[in-house]
Amino acid sequence: MSDLDQRFGLARSVTLPGPLELDGGLRFGPIDIGYETYGRLAEDGSNAILICHALTGDQHVASTHPITGKPGWWTRMVGTGRPIDPARHFIICSNVLGSCMGTSGPASIDPACLMPYGMRFPVITLRDMVRVQALLLDHLGVGTLEAVIGGSMGGMQALEWAATYPDRVRSAVVIASAARHSAQNIAFNEVGRQAIMADPRWRGGDYYADADPPSAGLAVARMAAHITYLSETGLTEKFGRRLQARDAKSFGFDADFQVESYLRHQGISFVERFDANSYLYITRAIDYFDLAEEHGGLLANAFRGSKTRFCVVSFDSDWLYPTSEARAVVHALNAAGAAVSFVELSSPFGHDAFLLEAPELNRVVDGFLRAGEA
Amino acid sequence: MSLRPDLAIIAENVAPGSRVLDVGCGDGELMAELRDRRQVDARGIEIAAANVSMAVARGLSVVQGDADTDLANYPDQAFDYAILSQTLQTARAPDRVLDELLRIGRRAFVSFPNFAHWRVRLALLWGGRMPVTRALPVSWWATENIHHFTIDDFRAFLGERGITVEKAWFLNGDHRTTAAAANFRAEHAVFLLKR
Repeated sequence: MSDLDQRFGLARSVTLPGPLELDGGLRFGPIDIGYETYGRLAEDGSNAILICHALTGDQHVASTHPITGKPGWWTRMVGTGRPIDPARHFIICSNVLGSCMGTSGPASIDPACLMPYGMRFPVITLRDMVRVQALLLDHLGVGTLEAVIGGSMGGMQALEWAATYPDRVRSAVVIASAARHSAQNIAFNEVGRQAIMADPRWRGGDYYADADPPSAGLAVARMAAHITYLSETGLTEKFGRRLQARDAKSFGFDADFQVESYLRHQGISFVERFDANSYLYITRAIDYFDLAEEHGGLLANAFRGSKTRFCVVSFDSDWLYPTSEARAVVHALNAAGAAVSFVELSSPFGHDAFLLEAPELNRVVDGFLRAGEA
Repeated sequence: MSLRPDLAIIAENVAPGSRVLDVGCGDGELMAELRDRRQVDARGIEIAAANVSMAVARGLSVVQGDADTDLANYPDQAFDYAILSQTLQTARAPDRVLDELLRIGRRAFVSFPNFAHWRVRLALLWGGRMPVTRALPVSWWATENIHHFTIDDFRAFLGERGITVEKAWFLNGDHRTTAAAANFRAEHAVFLLKR
């Protein structure tokens, strides 16, 4: 592999012709993919690790985000001396189909009419996202993955990878995730979507021309979702009922409480980097996700005869994708006779725990990956 | 690294290259031994998260779970051996756990402390107190052992259920002892069972 090979490195993009047969029945192409790679692909191609990002994540897993200027979203897991290490691994992270950081999504230009797709973008599934990642691997010359790893929606993609391309995945790491979206999960996503669509600036998704997006609706969507990423204990510890930069309640509707101020900040900073329509499409894709349904209603069928090794991790304070969902995956893997490890880790930080400093998580992932390299 | 004596007996008697489920595997000590020295495909179940993390970090396939509830998800005869060491006496329903072991595994290794060892008898007979011995080192109120039984109890139980004893080993401390008067002389027993 040459250093001059333009396919490898940070902030890469490629346009593949497709067309891709989508689960929704449509054909889609050409497909733009924004992605990054770190490290070098071994001669025998044995060291490739695909990292799948969560709902609002992107390909900047360990590089500075071009809009926010913040460090990569998983530098605690990916980097020198970390469990996923460019010195040892060839690391790929791509922006998912439907998103807005360089991969085709509703904000992309439809080559048929040279206008943004908006709501004419096809409704997609997590399996469609994974199929696009497989096309990217073909483009990069990666046959089999040493591992596919992700948290939250990224974990769902890791499961989908193992189910759809069992021969291309030697091991899968599924963190704070589930094999399907529950009624409560769908309900929260629907609140977010309705907040966006109730914003008069949304205009049926056709808001790109005058750069006046439905920021208020998207911010509310983010605020509601953000609550589900935390835990009651975490919120109480961090904010309690403390007031924000004031000594007494204002008897008004300003952000009196620190927790209000925090959530507003989360909402406002999110809209700078994310497209409202992408939020609609990706949450829809997650809601549609039910791996058992794709395999005759029995989750174990998704992994029948699988040679992939699995590592499933949950967090005890995560109520978005609770341990019971992880256990359902583990039971199915056991029933299918797959090699699986599972541990519930303790953390006060709720669903977000997988993105935070978690030495125990790193130890588990490191040991699991190294066992596959031996 | 030297294995606990009952685990050493199990490790020596597992056929190389077989598939093993270690129920209550701790930090994976026996599994690692089986994998590294006997090319065994070993899987484990362990209830304590810290132990699971340690086992996974040493590259073992271990699932956090409870022997009382989580064995039902494994298919019939999925393993050559199911192993339950020093755990049966802590199960809420030892009879069901044993049934599950012999459903999941073609054979089962079961090891347990013998409540009829002479020191235990002495503590009860002369002391009138629940025994705290080398083999049962925890006081009555803190012990996880909720179903105390003896070697003879276990043999009778197996007989009633039509379970075959393929082999049995008896331990006094780190030393093996004979089957003769084992119910009196042995602190621990290891049974290899088959339905």
